[in-house]
Amino acid sequence: MAIFSVYVVNKAGGLIYQLDSYAPRAEAEKTFSYPLDLLLKLHDERVLVAFGQRDGIRVGHAVLAINGKDVNGKYTADGKEVLEYLGNPANYPVSVRFGRPRLTSNEKLMLASMFHSLFAIGSQLSPEQGSSGIEMLETDTFKLHCFQTLTGIKFVVLADPRQAGIDSLLRKIYEIYSDFALKNPFYSLEMPIRCELFDQNLKLALEVAEKAGTFGPGS
Amino acid sequence: MYGMLFSIRSFVSKMSPLDMKDGFLAFQTSRYKLHYYETPTGIKVVMNTDLGVGPIRDVLHHIYSALYVELVVKNPLCPLGQTVQSELFRSRLDSYIRSLPFFSARAG
Repeated sequence: MAIFSVYVVNKAGGLIYQLDSYAPRAEAEKTFSYPLDLLLKLHDERVLVAFGQRDGIRVGHAVLAINGKDVNGKYTADGKEVLEYLGNPANYPVSVRFGRPRLTSNEKLMLASMFHSLFAIGSQLSPEQGSSGIEMLETDTFKLHCFQTLTGIKFVVLADPRQAGIDSLLRKIYEIYSDFALKNPFYSLEMPIRCELFDQNLKLALEVAEKAGTFGPGS
Repeated sequence: MYGMLFSIRSFVSKMSPLDMKDGFLAFQTSRYKLHYYETPTGIKVVMNTDLGVGPIRDVLHHIYSALYVELVVKNPLCPLGQTVQSELFRSRLDSYIRSLPFFSARAG
């Protein structure tokens, strides 16, 4: 699972394709009794942990499920508000699952546009003339690679920092895009890509790249 | 640049598939590489280098701990939060950078 996700961004900065292929993130489920020794806060329609890191539950983790039933944003599966439910001692003991919140598709759209602007600013901040935009962004948990084509389409791949061969993977994705999306007569340019052959071939290419990649975990 | 780095930091924290310890480290384009180091107090050390330079987090940490903290923070005449005017800091920083193995006076 060394390649985490693929994003394709069009000329205007809008997300036209997105694929996530990583293993489930670390989640922790614990049974609590009243009072809850974590401080929860409501943020962006989700209930997040604000204070009280312990046992695999970190600050920033979201409430994913209560008593086995997935929560829906800030409401439980029954429609009650999570914070109210957890503040009522009559509902305890309760088993709550915490984990890193998954991105909603709106958030992915926003992040894609944000990256589009950061890419452009990266080229302007350059101390030397004629720089391209951000081609690689490195953190301690992932590496983001970006390839911008001559037509302005950006292919963005998030992978493990030790994964090699992403440059050739980006070129391969460009090839797959031109073969299965552009040559498709029913596909309009700059619109979201909904071509099955593109999906299939992209997944195949990701598998090949992961196997041929570095000697990281899972290879 | 500050706005760009702030946006990159929040972008990275949202995108990351796992919990991050150090956060955003560096980014590179076709011409330069920008290295970033932030202290828990909010001081950010940024260095722009050539593409051939590898991870220099410890260099940036040294600049913070051995140069900034020693020469600016501990200097009673340097008001914190404002532009650093200290000539000593400037000259020590300059000689430190020149002594780094990847610093070489390229022609052009």
